[in-house]
Amino acid sequence: MMEFAGTVQDAFRGWFGPVWGSHAWIFAKSLAGIVAVLVPLLLTVLYYQLVERWVIGWIQVRRGPNRVGWMGVLQPIADAIKLLLKERIVPSSASKGLFFLAPIVAVAPALAVWAVVPFSPGWVIANVDAGLLVVLAMASMGVYGIIIAGWASNSKYAFLGAMRSAAQVVAYEIAMGFALVGALMAGQSLNLTEIVMRQGGDWGFLEWFWLPLAPFLVVYFIAGLAETNRAPFDMAEGESELVAGFHVEYSGMSFAVFFLAEYANMILVSTLTSLLFFGGWLSPLDFAFLREVPLAGLLAAPGIHWLLVKIAFFMFLFLWVRASFPRYRYDQVMRLGWKVFIPVTLVWIAVTGVMMLEPLASTPPFSLWFGK
Amino acid sequence: MSLALVAFYVSAAILLLAALRVITARNPVHAVLWLVLAFFSAAALWLLLYAEFLAVVLVLVYVGAVMVLFLFVVMMLDINFDKLREGFWRHVPLAGGVGLLMAIEMTLVLASREAPSPGAPPAGYSNTKELGRILYTDYVFPFELAAVVLLVAIVAAIALTLRRRKETRYQDAATQLSATKAGRLKIVKDQGADGTGGGP
Repeated sequence: MMEFAGTVQDAFRGWFGPVWGSHAWIFAKSLAGIVAVLVPLLLTVLYYQLVERWVIGWIQVRRGPNRVGWMGVLQPIADAIKLLLKERIVPSSASKGLFFLAPIVAVAPALAVWAVVPFSPGWVIANVDAGLLVVLAMASMGVYGIIIAGWASNSKYAFLGAMRSAAQVVAYEIAMGFALVGALMAGQSLNLTEIVMRQGGDWGFLEWFWLPLAPFLVVYFIAGLAETNRAPFDMAEGESELVAGFHVEYSGMSFAVFFLAEYANMILVSTLTSLLFFGGWLSPLDFAFLREVPLAGLLAAPGIHWLLVKIAFFMFLFLWVRASFPRYRYDQVMRLGWKVFIPVTLVWIAVTGVMMLEPLASTPPFSLWFGK
Repeated sequence: MSLALVAFYVSAAILLLAALRVITARNPVHAVLWLVLAFFSAAALWLLLYAEFLAVVLVLVYVGAVMVLFLFVVMMLDINFDKLREGFWRHVPLAGGVGLLMAIEMTLVLASREAPSPGAPPAGYSNTKELGRILYTDYVFPFELAAVVLLVAIVAAIALTLRRRKETRYQDAATQLSATKAGRLKIVKDQGADGTGGGP
């Protein structure tokens, strides 16, 4: 792998000269990384919504899509073609430029954030030192697409949805940020790869941070539901009150782009939950005594497959939650964010700090997580 | 010309254009969005100076939080553009004077010393770690002081704007949550219209 990269790098130097060759090499390498991440991501988004309809159908004891192709597997393709061919309608009194810009602003941070997400040691487009901060910064950018869409549509339903969403995202971002502070304290780094590597050890899944940081895990996932505007926190869309909320005036592909941003964000929250609290690509069976056993040793080995399994589980959890809970009332959403989550995370940051202090950090069971 | 220089000129040009549009845009919402772009380009310039932590924090704090609230407020305002532009020429001398003064000050400061551009940091150097170390050792008291000032500002802002209206009815979540079936539900046996307990 490294040899191959070296050969290609030399080839680039040959084509573009010594100075521009290394620039072109970095450019080509990044581009290859982006394609390698975004193509599977977009395919996952495409099929995630089919799986969503299957799963919710199954939970509600009905069939879900099963007509297009075998068992309905071509349904997303049919939907995509339908959306592509639909007319794009722009309201006559809309702010034209911003109306066009809003879906782009919504989807850009949702895709850009994947640059710092590692899939295995070294498998990351940009191994940024402050990776977790980049994730937070990009997550906080997502709200612009919604606000701009609501305002530019010049429609009261869209605007109400946008205002709700802005208040909600600002409220939950604080709790989410504090939950991430807990993860970076325990991981002792802002670099996502390092946070995962610190969860490795001789005790498999017991070493992961879900155990000492359980309150953060719960807060992070629920705040993730709220940040992505998913049920039961989908007040911004609330079809029973606001028709479709901020994207009520959008049709065809510009609607599809909002859709794509939401699903990409859901996958991102699932990925980050797996990375920060569930050991990322580490194996749950990575026990010291198991590593020597011939066949079981394979199960103890880390690998991207573990990460994918964990992501899939949390993606399923999103659907499960949507099918199980009714929509929150708006004042309850605000209460939960400000009066429950923020105090809980603040207290647990102090508790984490105490767990990491010296006499405790080296005594079991705390040495399991903080004694390295 | 190196790639970094190209990146600098492109970001700087976008920054200047965006800053110009902030003060020339007719619609305040557009002005706020141009300001967002200006912050973003400034963050890109900081990245070129190897200040990656500050760059990300600039995006996180200003773009992600402060400007969202700005946008929120500006969108809610009912602005009369004619009224805003009225008296523009009357205020030009004062505004121009202040602007000129600021420009002179900045020129004096910038011209008095030549700041060398920082070279590439050694491998393994972490800007974030260094900043954290310095903030929590050498500058821990100023840092904590700034945090307390901010906290006071938050408390003051809430205290100034908080008012309990008498006519608004509030819900007590604790009472709502402690409601049980026993307190709310009573099974009444239907006595029927004639009181005999039978049906019609």
